[in-house]
Amino acid sequence: MASGKRPEHQAPPEIFYDEVEARKYTSNSRMIEIQEQMSERAIELLALPEDTPCLILDLGCGSGLSGESLTEQGHIWMGIDISSHMLDIALEREVEGDVFLSDMGQGMFFRPGTFDGAMSISALQWLCNADKKSHSPPKRLYRFFSTLYSSLKRGSRAVFQFYPENSSQIEMITTQAMKAGFGGGLVVDYPNSTKAKKMFLCLFAGGSTTQQTLPKGLGTDTKMFPSQVSYSESRGNGKRKRERKSVKKSRDWILEKKERRRRQGRDVRPDSKFTGRRRTGKF
Amino acid sequence: MFLTVFRRMKLLTHNMLTSHVKGVTNGYPLNIEAKDVRVQEVDFNPEFIARMIPKMEYEVLVQAAQSVGHLGNLPPELVTDYENNDEFLKEAHRVMMMVEVVEGSLVCPESGRKFPISNGIPNMLLNEDEV
Repeated sequence: MASGKRPEHQAPPEIFYDEVEARKYTSNSRMIEIQEQMSERAIELLALPEDTPCLILDLGCGSGLSGESLTEQGHIWMGIDISSHMLDIALEREVEGDVFLSDMGQGMFFRPGTFDGAMSISALQWLCNADKKSHSPPKRLYRFFSTLYSSLKRGSRAVFQFYPENSSQIEMITTQAMKAGFGGGLVVDYPNSTKAKKMFLCLFAGGSTTQQTLPKGLGTDTKMFPSQVSYSESRGNGKRKRERKSVKKSRDWILEKKERRRRQGRDVRPDSKFTGRRRTGKF
Repeated sequence: MFLTVFRRMKLLTHNMLTSHVKGVTNGYPLNIEAKDVRVQEVDFNPEFIARMIPKMEYEVLVQAAQSVGHLGNLPPELVTDYENNDEFLKEAHRVMMMVEVVEGSLVCPESGRKFPISNGIPNMLLNEDEV
């Protein structure tokens, strides 16, 4: 999604995900792989009790790829999606869960306390757009979150992977979620990488918020969002001393580069005493 | 690849559904108007069934099973000590997981709004004036 226009700007979801687009979710192995990775991470963030089959709601289930990860882990799920073509693909793949044709912005239609958790992969950003004259994104988000809140069991979680367009969208989403009663916040995986960076909105439905702590994003060793600017004794007078860069191809330079790439979430070989050593002349 | 795959709405799912039409205060339970009902073999998971039963409205399940004509030997009242009653769990499993509505509609008990089920997918989309 890094290249080209954002799909939300092209057409409403029920039109964008037509037969051609839906077909990609069975034929394009790269798309399938990314979807699977994200749903596995989302399930991990849900922190479900071990070895208990749970009932999970999949929002924007599409072709049921994320549901398949749930089935693999022994959970039962129900899914909703607005694109009938995507649901047709789900039927074709013979997924385990029951699926509904529905619009998230119109609210959920489940009994209170039904689900042990909810997850959603790349769907929430669609709610930030007004596709019809009557649509008001904040209102639709509020209706969605408040009805979702009631259909979740107290103390359970809802995890949304999404692609916000800008910070004001994040703010709009989190404001409406908090207004609906959710606790929690944003978890960012690999914040230092443009490609691997993934945002997860991790919401807690009631329960004591003191017990629930926000999980850490992957690839973040230091605090994600330091709440304060750290205190420094010297006054910055514009003449900041730049740390000297290490000499290219030196051991330090290699170690720095490896560290940088580790932060981006890439596959990097571990450091050893041989890192950055020259080969002997005998070779 | 394009063989007709029959999809379904389980009675377990029906037990969780309410109507979300604007102005409806008690949209539960939805009535089933079934045109095509099938029974499909599903793996028996007693642990899950026992976990789900306290979450479900048992009366509604019995009513739903009756309305689609697949009540079988399901007792009208919930048995005590159902966790260890294998026979009951098997029967509950059959009704909850195996009986599936393929074609028909769900009807809101208050407003009478129909949600059509086609190919096993209930269409819960609302019109603009119903939101």
